[in-house]
Amino acid sequence: MGNLVEIRNLSVSFDGVPVLHSVDLQVAQGEALGLVGESGCGKSVTWLAALGLLPSKATITGSVTLGQTELVNAPRPALENVRGGRIAMIFQDPSSALNPVIQVGRQMTEALKLHRGLRGNAARTEALRLMDLVGIPDAKGRFNLYPHEFSGGQCQRIMIAMALAGEPDLLIADEPTTALDATIQAQILDLLARLREEMRMGLVFISHDLGAVAQVCERVSVMYAGRIVEQGPVAQLFDRPRHPYTRGLFDAIPRLDGPRTLLAPIPGTVPDPYNLPMGCAFSPRCSHAQDFCHKERPELLRQRDGRALACAYPLPEAGAHKTTMEKVTS
Amino acid sequence: MIRFISLRLFRAALTVLAVMTFAFVVLRMSGDPAQVLLGPDVPQNVIDDFRADWGLDKPLWRQYLAYLGAILTGDFGLSMRGGAPALDLVLERVPATLILTIPALFLKLSIGIPAGIYAALHRDSTIDRGVIVLAILGFTVPSFVMGLVLVLIFSIQLGLLPSGGFGTWLHAILPALTISVGGIGLLARFSRSAMIEVMGQPFIRTASAKGVKWRDVVWGHALPNAAVPIVTIVGFMVGSLIAGAVVVETIFSWPGIGRLLIVSVSNRDLAVVQCILLLIAAVMVCSNLIVDLLYGWLDPRLRAQPAH
Amino acid sequence: MSFLLEADDLVRVYTGRGGLLGKAQPVRAVDGVSLRLGRGETLGIVGESGSGKSTLGRMLLGVDPAQGGTVRFDGRPMPARNTTEWRALRARMQMVFQDPLAALDRRLTIAAQIREPLDIHRIGTEASRATRVTELMHAVGLRPDQAKRFPHELSGGQRQRVVIARALATKADMLVCDEPVSALDVSIQAQVVNLLRMLQKQTGLSMVFISHDLKVVRNLCDRVAVMYLGRIVEEGPSEHLFANPRHPYTQALVSSVPEPGRRLDGRVILQGEPPNPAKRPPGCAFHPRCLRATDICRSGIPALQPLGTDRTAACHLVAGETRAEVA
Repeated sequence: MGNLVEIRNLSVSFDGVPVLHSVDLQVAQGEALGLVGESGCGKSVTWLAALGLLPSKATITGSVTLGQTELVNAPRPALENVRGGRIAMIFQDPSSALNPVIQVGRQMTEALKLHRGLRGNAARTEALRLMDLVGIPDAKGRFNLYPHEFSGGQCQRIMIAMALAGEPDLLIADEPTTALDATIQAQILDLLARLREEMRMGLVFISHDLGAVAQVCERVSVMYAGRIVEQGPVAQLFDRPRHPYTRGLFDAIPRLDGPRTLLAPIPGTVPDPYNLPMGCAFSPRCSHAQDFCHKERPELLRQRDGRALACAYPLPEAGAHKTTMEKVTS
Repeated sequence: MIRFISLRLFRAALTVLAVMTFAFVVLRMSGDPAQVLLGPDVPQNVIDDFRADWGLDKPLWRQYLAYLGAILTGDFGLSMRGGAPALDLVLERVPATLILTIPALFLKLSIGIPAGIYAALHRDSTIDRGVIVLAILGFTVPSFVMGLVLVLIFSIQLGLLPSGGFGTWLHAILPALTISVGGIGLLARFSRSAMIEVMGQPFIRTASAKGVKWRDVVWGHALPNAAVPIVTIVGFMVGSLIAGAVVVETIFSWPGIGRLLIVSVSNRDLAVVQCILLLIAAVMVCSNLIVDLLYGWLDPRLRAQPAH
Repeated sequence: MSFLLEADDLVRVYTGRGGLLGKAQPVRAVDGVSLRLGRGETLGIVGESGSGKSTLGRMLLGVDPAQGGTVRFDGRPMPARNTTEWRALRARMQMVFQDPLAALDRRLTIAAQIREPLDIHRIGTEASRATRVTELMHAVGLRPDQAKRFPHELSGGQRQRVVIARALATKADMLVCDEPVSALDVSIQAQVVNLLRMLQKQTGLSMVFISHDLKVVRNLCDRVAVMYLGRIVEEGPSEHLFANPRHPYTQALVSSVPEPGRRLDGRVILQGEPPNPAKRPPGCAFHPRCLRATDICRSGIPALQPLGTDRTAACHLVAGETRAEVA
C-alpha cells in the first residue's frame, strides 16, 4: 500500500530559531503511527506545520505531500480543503478546543457543510449519527447545548465526531487523552482504536504516554529536540529500545508491579532550542555518551533489524539485553 | 430570568439613589446658593427670605426627604434662576447634546472596532503599530487639547469649519469629531487586545483545523468571543451619551447639557444640577443593565453563573 | 503507635447552583472521610476528578473549613482557621500544588521565595536564614547560581523543586501534595518523585500524596485510599491494593492504566462519566458504572469494612465474598 502522507526534509523555525530539523516521516494508508517524546521535542509542530496551522512567525521549509498535493506553503484555499477533509486533527484540552459560544450541534454541522455539502436536516441527521457513533448519550436532546455543558471526556468525543465529519483519510490526535481522567482516557483510546478500524482511517497518535501509544499504534517514532531519533514497529521498539533516550523514557515510568524502588529518571532537561548542544542533542543527558557524541551528530540510519536509529553507541540488539539494562539503570 | 432582572433593577435603583444623595449633600455643603445668586451686597433679611422661599432654612435631612418625595411624584423642582421647572430646562438641552454624541458614538464604533480587529489580525505589521500609536494618542490627549488642535487645523488654517457656536450641521462636525477621538482610540485598543487573545485560543486552531475558511474563522468563531470585552466598553460609551460632552460643549460654546451643568454648578442652581446628575446616572445605569443582559446572550457560560 | 494526623468523619458541603433559575443545592464534596497518617508515612489518595480528593487535602490542613468531623494534628485538635495558633501550626504542615508557576511569585527570586516562610514565621537570624536557603536548594537539587533567578527562567521540574524547597523551609512535619508531578514530562516526573522520596527518608516527613496517576502513587506511597464521590471506597497498603484490588471501582482504575506492551484487549474499560457530586446516585454511588451491581447496591450505602488486618473496602459484594471466605 502506498504512502498517504510523505514528509521530507521538513524544518520549522520560529523567529529564526530552528525547532524542527529536516524530519522525514511517512504514514501509510490506514496506518496507526505513534509520535512520542518529551514536550518541546517537535511532535505537534511537525503536524501543525504540515497543515499550515502554525502562526505566521514560523518559517517552514521542506515538503509534505498528500497524494499529489504539496502542502508546505500551499495557498490557503488548498489547505482549507485538506484540513478536516482529508486530514483531520484533534487536540489536547477538549474543553477549550471547542468554541465556547457556539452550540455543539452547530459546530458539528459546520464541518459537515464544509466537507460534505450537507445542510439543514440532512446535516443534523448526520451530526446526530456521528455523535451516537462516538458515544454521546442523548445526542438529540443535547444537540443545542454549549461545550461547557459537557464533561471533558464528552467534549473529546465531540471533537472526534467533528473530525470524522469530513470522512478523513488521516486523523492526527495530538495528546487526545492527556487532560482526561484515567478511566476516561481508556474509553477514548478504545474509541479511537475502534473507529480507525471501522472507518479504515490512518491515525497519527501524538503522546508522551508510551502506554497509550502501545495500545493504539503499529509503528512509533521517538522524537528528541526536533529530530526523529528512533523509529520502528511498536513491538520491536518497546520490547527492545535501542536509543538510550527511548530506553530512558521507559525506565522513568513507575511500574504497577514489582518492588517499589527508586525510579530511573533521565537526568537534566530537554535542551533549549536557542542553545542546542554540539553533536547529538541528547549527549549531555546520556549515560552512554562518548567523545564522539559530543562532537558529531549521528544520522538517522536504517538498522539490520529494520528500525531506524540515530545513535552512535546504541544499546545492543537481542541477546545482550540484560547487561545493558543494568548499565542504564545504575 | 425574572429574578435576575429584578435583582439588577433593584441594584440599579440603589445606584441612582446613591448618586442623588451624594449630589444633594455635596451641593449643599459646598456653598450657599443664596449668597451666590443674590451677590455679596444684599441685606441679611433678603437672604433669609430667599432661604425661606426655597426651603434652605430647614435642617438638611428634612430638605432631603422633601426632595425625595417630590422626585417620586415627578417634581424635579424649579430653577433658582428664573423659576422655570428644572426638568424642562434640562430636557430642552438634551437634543443639542445628542446631536454631538450620537454621531460621535457612531464614529467610535465604525472606526475603532474595525481598526482594532484589523490590527489584531495583522499583528506586528506596520499598520498594527500605526493603529497602536494613534490609539494611544487618541485617548491620552485630553479633549480640550484635541479640540483646540482641530480648531487650529480646520478653522484657522484651512478655514473649512466654524470654530464654535450652534446653527448648521457644519457647526457640529468639529465638536463631534473631538468627542469621538478618545473613544476611537479606546475601542481600537480594546478590540485589538480582545481579538488577539481570542485568536490565540485553542478553539480557533480547531476551527482552522477543520477547514473553516479564514474569513469565517474570524467572523464566525473569533468575533463572537471577543464581543464581551468590546461590549463592556461600548456600554460605557452609550452610558456617557449625555455626560460625555461637558468639556467639548464648553470649548465650542455648544448649548447642550454639559454647558447647562457648568453654568448651573457655578450658580448653585440646586434643582437643575440635581436633575442633570439624576439623568446622567439613570442613563449610565440603564446602559449597564443592558450590557449585563447582553453578556448572557453573548456568552452562554455567563448565563449559568449566580447573580451576586 | 501515635499518628501525626487523625481525621474523623470529615464533611465538606458547598452550595452548588444549577443555571440562572436553579435552586441552590448542597453538594457534598467530602462525605464522611476518616483517615490516619503515621509519622514518616506516605498516604496516597487517588480518584477521578470530582471525587473530592483535592478538597480533602485542603481540609487536612484546615485551609478548607469542614462542616463536620475533626482533624487532630500531633495529638491535638486542629486550631480554627486563621487563628494565631493555626498560622503557627502551618509552619509544620505545608502544601505543594500541581502548577508551580501559579504557586510562585514571578517578581521574586528563587532564593527570596524559599526564604519567605522563614521570614513569615520569624525563624532564625538573617544569617541563619540565608544558610538554610542554601541548604534547601542543595537538598532539592537546585544549583547555587539559580538562587538569583526568577521562576520563568526555570523549567517546570525546577520550579516544582523550588516549591518543595519552600514547603520544607520551616522543617515541616507534614506535606500535602496535590498532583505535584502531573504537569511534568515522565522523565522529569521521575526526578521529582525520587526527590520527594529521598527528602522523606532524610527528614522523616509524613506525606499525603494526591494524584490520579496510579503508577506514581504506587511507587511513592506506603498506603493508598481510593476515593469515589467524596468517600473512601477502599484503603490498604499500596502494593497489596494494586496487586489485588477488591472494590470493583479500584479494579477498573487499575485496569485502565495503560502500560507499554499491554494491548487494549481484555481490559476492563469503565463506562460512563466521572461522578458528579451534585447528582449523587442513591445506594452505592458507584453502582451506575459498576459491572457487578445488584439490587442491594442500588438501595443501601455500603460502609467501609475491614478485609483482613490492614485493608478496608466499602462494597456490598466484597463484604459478602469475605464472609463467604471466612465461612
